[in-house]
Amino acid sequence: MDLKDLYKDIIVDHNRSPRNFRKLEPATRSANGFNPLCGDKLTVYLQLDGETIADLSFEGSGCAISVASASLMTERLKGKTLAEAKTLYASMHALLTGNTPAETDTQSLGKLAALEGVKEYPSRVKCATLCWHTLEAALRNDTAAVTTE
Amino acid sequence: MSTALKNTQLPLLDVERIRRDFPILARTVHHGKPLIYLDNAATTQKPARVIETLAAYYRNNNSNVHRGVHALSEEATAAYEGARETVRAFINAASSKEIIFTRGTTEAINLVAQSHARSTLKPGDEVLITYLEHHSNIVPWQLVCEQTGASLKVAAMTERGEVDQADFAGKLSDRTRIVALGHVSNALGTINPARQMIAQAHAAGAVTVVDGAQAVPHMAVDVQALDADFYAFSGHKMFAPTGIGVLYGKQALLDAMPPWQGGGDMIRMVSFDQTLYNDLPYKFEAGTPNIAGPIGLAAAIGYLQDIGLEAIAAYEQELLAYASQALAALPDIRIIGAATHKAAVISFVMNGIHPHDLGTIVDSEGVAIRTGHHCAMPVMDFFQVPATARASLAFYNTREEINRLVAALDKARQVFS
Repeated sequence: MDLKDLYKDIIVDHNRSPRNFRKLEPATRSANGFNPLCGDKLTVYLQLDGETIADLSFEGSGCAISVASASLMTERLKGKTLAEAKTLYASMHALLTGNTPAETDTQSLGKLAALEGVKEYPSRVKCATLCWHTLEAALRNDTAAVTTE
Repeated sequence: MSTALKNTQLPLLDVERIRRDFPILARTVHHGKPLIYLDNAATTQKPARVIETLAAYYRNNNSNVHRGVHALSEEATAAYEGARETVRAFINAASSKEIIFTRGTTEAINLVAQSHARSTLKPGDEVLITYLEHHSNIVPWQLVCEQTGASLKVAAMTERGEVDQADFAGKLSDRTRIVALGHVSNALGTINPARQMIAQAHAAGAVTVVDGAQAVPHMAVDVQALDADFYAFSGHKMFAPTGIGVLYGKQALLDAMPPWQGGGDMIRMVSFDQTLYNDLPYKFEAGTPNIAGPIGLAAAIGYLQDIGLEAIAAYEQELLAYASQALAALPDIRIIGAATHKAAVISFVMNGIHPHDLGTIVDSEGVAIRTGHHCAMPVMDFFQVPATARASLAFYNTREEINRLVAALDKARQVFS
């Protein structure tokens, strides 16, 4: 395991300058995520226009993996439909937990594929998945806080 | 004269010899990096004497205790009860009846909460704890307060990470029935003035419960000198196996307490109409106990006593001072907790790098530290940090290992540069 597989430049960059890191007001939907093991907390905000995510953002605190994952997620999903977001959630969940079917084209994930390194660090997988679980709760309009445990 | 001078310059401990007593310290991690184990507040490594004692027990003596008349059962019982006497002497309890074996500190505190506290607390009564407590000295009291209608009070913490003694004194009242305090904070290393706080609690008429999990491995503890009513600690944090802990309780209090769990060993006579409970300490040890655990614990105590608790404390204080200076010299490191009296624990944060990232990066250099909230979320909230990195030292750690930690922190800086 090379540390650079985990802390790729793009992850370091998104941690240092997270994109869409703000509260969205007004937000159509929001959801809270919490990792009780490490104290990571974040809120994901969605502004919907019909079936389309017109805007989305996040705020909170967490490690580089968790912040970069959320930042990359918001960058990727702006302008996408709810159905596309659900599909991406499933692909990312599979990628991060190492359950990606062999034929999956990780190329299509673009920058998000940079997060794949976490699957070699079992204690860090939840850092990367927290924002995606929180997104999924927001997509379902579930207001109960998501926890990784 | 010259001999005395020479002696003061000798190392307090023969660390290299001590390190050879711990087989795991010879291993490497992550492709050949020597293991630097700085997570001793979470659990300590085990000396060969403990490992071999456990193996020898299972090889030669394994049997149930207090039951059989056969040779093995008598040997196992003698070793188990011998361990109780070793523990008694180690903490200077008045009687081995006051030594209850538990799974660990957490179970010991829950035993006091569910037996003593639950049977005595009434609505309007108060339980006083401190801001520095580990969750295991918070939640059992929340549970019993909910069950009895008593209320939980919390003595404040100062910016240095010490109990605010004025606030503690102010919160003691004739409603205070129980005072529960940590002897040493696991998150910050703060050593509480336990003796003085216990005396104040007694003056207010309260029963005292001390969480000694982080104290016993680092200093000589005398429960009678402290005058603690209850004192709890864990074997695994003092070089003994996991799954064994101790609850010390004053005999009069333990005698008055109802049993906590029912089963074999804790009874004298059972019929469907009535059960007579066993005497102390067996009243609180229902079911077949962890037999190997106390035997391993006794071996660890013997090992610690051979080195000497005072020499251990002196060595660790010297290493703590070295490590604190080394970390404080780094401009981007903030040490959390600046108590006057500290055990060998350093909690810290690094500018711009989350503790979890720090933990992963220093691990890649072979350095094991703990990162997270250390089961003390209120302490993290107080210092407005989500988590800290924590290096917790033992007497087998060296200055060279501290230097390796400092070098590993530099690696973290490079990754995020």
